[in-house]
Amino acid sequence: MTSLKILGLATAAVLAASQAFAGATVDEIKSRDVVRCGVSTGLAGFSIADSQGNWTGLDADFCRVVAAATLGDASKVEFVPLSAQQRFTALQSGEVDLLSRNTTWTLTRDTTLGLDFVGVTFYDGQGFMVPADLGVSSAMELDGAAVCVQTGTTTEKNLTDFFRATGMSFEPVVFEGLEESKTAFFEGRCDAYTTDASGLASIRATDAPNPADYVILPEIISKEPLGPAVRNDDSEWFDVVRWSVFATLQAEELGINSGNIDDMMNSEDPNVQRVTGTAAGMGEALGLDEAWAYNIVSQVGNYGEIFEANVGADTPLGFQRGINALWKDGGLMYAPPIR
Amino acid sequence: MSSYTGDPGDVKPSRPAFWNDPVIRGIFWQIVVVGGVVLLAAFLVSNTLSNLARQNIASGFGFFDAESGFAIGEAIVPFAPTDTYLRALIVGLLNTIKVAVIGVFFATIIGTIVGVMRLSHNWLIAKIASIYVEVLRNIPLLLQLFFWYSLIVSTLPRAKDALGPFLGFHLSNRGLNVPVPDDWAYLGPLVGILLATVVTWVLLKRSKRIHDATGETKPVMWPSIGIFVMFIFLGWAATGFPTSIDTPALQGFSFQGGVDVSSEFLALWLGLTLYTAAFIAEIVRSGILAVNKGQWEAAGALGLRRGQILRFIALPQAMRVIIPPMTSQYLNLTKNSSLAVAIGYPDIVSVAGTTINQTGQAIEGIAVIMAVYLTLSLSISLFMNWYNKRIALVER
Repeated sequence: MTSLKILGLATAAVLAASQAFAGATVDEIKSRDVVRCGVSTGLAGFSIADSQGNWTGLDADFCRVVAAATLGDASKVEFVPLSAQQRFTALQSGEVDLLSRNTTWTLTRDTTLGLDFVGVTFYDGQGFMVPADLGVSSAMELDGAAVCVQTGTTTEKNLTDFFRATGMSFEPVVFEGLEESKTAFFEGRCDAYTTDASGLASIRATDAPNPADYVILPEIISKEPLGPAVRNDDSEWFDVVRWSVFATLQAEELGINSGNIDDMMNSEDPNVQRVTGTAAGMGEALGLDEAWAYNIVSQVGNYGEIFEANVGADTPLGFQRGINALWKDGGLMYAPPIR
Repeated sequence: MSSYTGDPGDVKPSRPAFWNDPVIRGIFWQIVVVGGVVLLAAFLVSNTLSNLARQNIASGFGFFDAESGFAIGEAIVPFAPTDTYLRALIVGLLNTIKVAVIGVFFATIIGTIVGVMRLSHNWLIAKIASIYVEVLRNIPLLLQLFFWYSLIVSTLPRAKDALGPFLGFHLSNRGLNVPVPDDWAYLGPLVGILLATVVTWVLLKRSKRIHDATGETKPVMWPSIGIFVMFIFLGWAATGFPTSIDTPALQGFSFQGGVDVSSEFLALWLGLTLYTAAFIAEIVRSGILAVNKGQWEAAGALGLRRGQILRFIALPQAMRVIIPPMTSQYLNLTKNSSLAVAIGYPDIVSVAGTTINQTGQAIEGIAVIMAVYLTLSLSISLFMNWYNKRIALVER
């Protein structure tokens, strides 16, 4: 009898597992009371865990933004560290609710992977880092160089495209792990290391034995719009994540931040009222509490605050806002109207 | 159950009800289990397909013909980013086969030597062999690979300060750069080696025949060395003594010319070989110990020396014990080569991983990897089983 029982149990388990995906993601998250968020395994400024297991970084904060909007509590996030190679499968299979993991939005990923990108949280571009004593000042001098790169990234293809376009040769040294690829570069296996410019700055600031010994070359060889992604079978959840990101931009644009949002509750400006939730309707439209955007800004902050806290001028990465400034300040960050 | 009354006439031939018949029960449950497994498999496949369709994930092997668009660090056959994914996967497969074949070859030699060393009467030699086996066998292979890779990359100098040239060889943390004869200059000597192999083989057969017939031992080693030297020289002479050698030289960042053995390959090869050799050593040792002590004593009584006993009496019998477990070690080495992805060697897993990420075809990519290892493993098994049968004891 046992073999039949086991078989029956196994079949029931498989059926139950497959049915779990059918429910709407938001309902599932509410009943679970935690957002499962896929992040990188460790990239300072974007998502990295300290010795106590607290995740910090821009990508990690956008996980909190979504948790604040959906559950009213920014701390209800379960961070799932994923390698570049694992990330899409983890999202496709429902292991994580969203991916907030310096992932580039490309056409093929948007169309063939069963994913949707909700927007851009960081505009980036790929560059090269070399040891200062290599005596190279431009990527155009890298003919014949060995280049360390992490597998499963757009970086790998851009690298190939760049050397093809310039007619130069190179030797790719491809690793699955970020850690191994960084180690190989710093031990001198490769002449150059390539990834997004933000990643280069992060790695130089936190992993280099001596940051001054390494230079980031001026050429940016690609466009890398980085942002969160969700599965494309749940448009309700897609809207929640997308407008959570927009809410941080809209709040910054309106001058609402985590410090002044309680005063802003008294504002007569209807645009402000819709973000703070004093004018009802926006939360209902998303199937969320009316305080969704209030929770985001009061608990995590607006986009400018998130940027400055994690990668801004006062951090080891020291980025200027640049193209990541709001549209009205000459940058590319733009939120459609919250109304 | 009917009770036994003690009257011999009361005992009927035991005919249990058909649901208690062990034969029928056995068949019934086998049908149930097989049917269940088939149903479960069918459910999993259809569930996967419908999930893929629902999430708009493309499926099928159409991506094989698409341009790969990525480069591979080392390839046996020429490969460019404009080539297809299929060709990229073939390059990865060949890299896997390359490291597996060279690894198996050296692991067998080192393993046999260490296995024989462990049985040595010399205390020091036996202890060194034991330490080797115990240390390498008990450390996870992945850690050993990291160790060798890190050792090569961090202790060897950068390309511009490479060790050498020693006879045209350069050693740096890029790997080993080896000079090779230019273009087709090696063709003549190569043909010579092939011919010499054939002649030596004939010589061996003849010597064995004479030995079987008369007991007279004909020298084989020195004549065959002479044959090899002569034929290589003749082959070289036949092509007009070409002397141009393709020597690696530093140009810009890397070495151009010659053959490049990358540090990734060196580390993987070293790790796989030394790790597997430790297991092979134990197999060889147990095989030799399995030969009855009387065989050694009898051979000793005939006046054979220890080396001769090992070669002519012990090893041929030990082989029958050694070959089956050895097959497992060859399979292990081949499969363990998939750890290459951790140290940047472009084996089939690494290339398929990149392909999966560029195309999103995870199921197809994993299927390719599984098919490759299954085929490689079955081929090794088939060959080893054939060899095992050939050397098996023939009873007359």
